[in-house]
Amino acid sequence: MKNDIILAGVGGQGILSIAAAIGLAAVKNNLHIKQSEVHGMSQRGGDVQSHLRLSDKPIASDLIPKGKADLILSVEPMEALRYLPFLSKDGWLVTNITPFNNIPDYPGLEDILKQIKSFPNHIAIDADTIAKQAGSSRSSNIVMLGAASPFLDIPFERLEDGIRQLFGKKGEELVNTNLKALKAGRDFTEKNR
Amino acid sequence: MEKLLLLGDEAIAQGAIDGGLSGIYAYPGTPSTEIMEFVQGSKQAEELSIHRTWSANEKTAMEAALGMSYAGKRAMVCFKHVGLNVAADAFVNASITGVNGGLIVVSADDPSMHSSQNEQDSRFYAKFSLIPILEPSNQQEAYEMAYYGFELSEKLNVPVMLRITTRLAHSRAGVQRSQVKKQNQLHLPSDPRQFVLLPAIARKNYKKLLGMQPSMDIESEKSTFNTFINGSDKKLGVIAAGLAYNYLMENYIDGKNPNPILKICQYPLPHKQVADLYNQCDSLLILEDGAPMIEEMMKGFLNLGKPIHGRLDGTLPRDGELNPNIVAKALGMAIQEGQEVPEVVKNRPPSLCQGCGHRDVFEDLNEVLKEYGTGRVFSDIGCYTLAALPPFNSVNSCVDMGASITMAIGAADAGLIPAVSVIGDSTFTHSGMTGLLDAVNKNAPITVIISDNSTTGMTGGQDSAATGRLFEICQGIGVHPDHLKIITPLKKNHEENVRIIREELEYKGLSVIIPQRECIQTFARRKKAEKNESN
Ligand SMILES: Cc1ncc(C[n+]2csc(CCOP(=O)(O)OP(=O)(O)O)c2C)c(N)n1
Repeated sequence: MKNDIILAGVGGQGILSIAAAIGLAAVKNNLHIKQSEVHGMSQRGGDVQSHLRLSDKPIASDLIPKGKADLILSVEPMEALRYLPFLSKDGWLVTNITPFNNIPDYPGLEDILKQIKSFPNHIAIDADTIAKQAGSSRSSNIVMLGAASPFLDIPFERLEDGIRQLFGKKGEELVNTNLKALKAGRDFTEKNR
Repeated sequence: MEKLLLLGDEAIAQGAIDGGLSGIYAYPGTPSTEIMEFVQGSKQAEELSIHRTWSANEKTAMEAALGMSYAGKRAMVCFKHVGLNVAADAFVNASITGVNGGLIVVSADDPSMHSSQNEQDSRFYAKFSLIPILEPSNQQEAYEMAYYGFELSEKLNVPVMLRITTRLAHSRAGVQRSQVKKQNQLHLPSDPRQFVLLPAIARKNYKKLLGMQPSMDIESEKSTFNTFINGSDKKLGVIAAGLAYNYLMENYIDGKNPNPILKICQYPLPHKQVADLYNQCDSLLILEDGAPMIEEMMKGFLNLGKPIHGRLDGTLPRDGELNPNIVAKALGMAIQEGQEVPEVVKNRPPSLCQGCGHRDVFEDLNEVLKEYGTGRVFSDIGCYTLAALPPFNSVNSCVDMGASITMAIGAADAGLIPAVSVIGDSTFTHSGMTGLLDAVNKNAPITVIISDNSTTGMTGGQDSAATGRLFEICQGIGVHPDHLKIITPLKKNHEENVRIIREELEYKGLSVIIPQRECIQTFARRKKAEKNESN
């Protein structure tokens, strides 16, 4: 078993929390994990990505080879497309559709969505709205994790444990909001895949 | 003991703590920053009273670590590759003094320049300083090398370099810990003159260092970090150093390699192992995540031996970090890329945060500079360097920390008057203060703007060495009080700030303007922490 995942977004959007939640769950599941992330300069509003690799066998490279990713999980629609060279033929593209517009030449959303929808294996989800419904717009990244969860070889309960561990220090309320967000994301994918 | 999920940086920190560390010294710099941050956040380090405060720059950090080693305790110093340039005087001479307590120098290289001005390879420094290098290929080795590095350093009586690159520094994996070792007792060097590098003593020490080289080679030969993995196809042998080993193995299904491989993670290069590989293969491929150092050594100047492939003959790109695909190509394997990046995808460069005080500084400055024309802003290294990009387009240089003031002096000497220097608070105390003294001494016709956000912003908001004391420092260095101004960079002060900057640019001598406003990121974090506390 292997899951090679590219997490994509813009600096400050919280992709590292997604990575951390999956990481905690994977460790509990006794999987091997390597997760490379971007710190430094590009965190200042630039494009950021994380390569997250899970396997039941030891993993060699910290970077996923091109054409080998099973999943691109993006919290921003244009960023979802930046890593297409990494996606394998039958890989899934799971992305939020709310744009993060901090550049002067940001393309039209329609053009981006057209590209995304040209993939047979795609989930395009309005994570920001679903997060708001779940209780906090700040947990849209966890909605995205939920939306991607059916494609991970990790039991859903383990991901819930990961969320509990990650947000436990910050209080019961935040844990529950994020658990709701996680479930809402998952439900969306199960209905729409 | 339990397995921890750690970044390469964090693995080094944990390995050092468990290996008997008494003090860590560092100046922030991507990708090395998280080593110190981990030790600062570690309960264990607190209980063990390990020294762990930021230093003003890499040189002061290196020297403090050497002082701790002199006193018999185990010390670590960490910085990014260009930090080693700043620390170089201390670093190179520390190989001549040798150590008393174990001393590990961590230098984090940044091939592909993700967050740096260059991609220099730190291994060259260790090579000409004649000391061993440890170069982990994964997080577990990073832990073990920090843990074992102190012992190696004490045994060979030299500092040991621990060299990593960005990908390992910022990649997480499971790490198995070892038994925690006790810290060394305070004890002085047995030779009281070991650290006195007067020429007569230095010559003696240097001969001793040269005499130690065979022992270092023996350590490399028997090191478990260097391993030979046999393969049946001897047409090609592969030397894979550090992280490059992973990229190589990624391409072999189930880890089965057709060609013989020598994995190098400890230097000096183990002579016998390298010679064995060379003798049994028709040609060699050298994989290094950095400059072609081993490759050059193997080729020699005249390149008269067997074919050596790598970065120098175009088998691999000459610059940039390696990855599994580049290595696959070098091995002649096919790559099946996914789809191309569609045209709708636009570049998204980093930019100054909304609400950042640096923005206001450049808006004010740009307005005044309209009257003088462009091309006179010497910047330094920090968030404010991003003002080189649109919409500001106002910065004309970024070279090395501290260079803004001194380059402005030289340009003014050449007749570019007024010249402007923009420098951050942390960069100013790192290496701007001495340059300011030069400017004071000749009353250089430059305007120095110390854009003070009370933090080391670019690297994530570490303490800045002289928060709240910049005005007094400039006074002390001798800046004339009439031309030393503090302003608050806010929209509502725009008119007034423009007036002050204009006045100082008109003055034909040295002025220092200190715009002061807290970094928006540390501000938000502080408010959040305060809110959490009051809850
Ligand atoms: C010799 C050296 N050490 C460290 C760095 C890494 N570095 C780049 S910017 C920076 C922070 C500068 O802080 P400051 O001058 O206060 O500016 P700010 O980012 O807060 O605006 C550091 C430490 C470097 N580039 N060179």
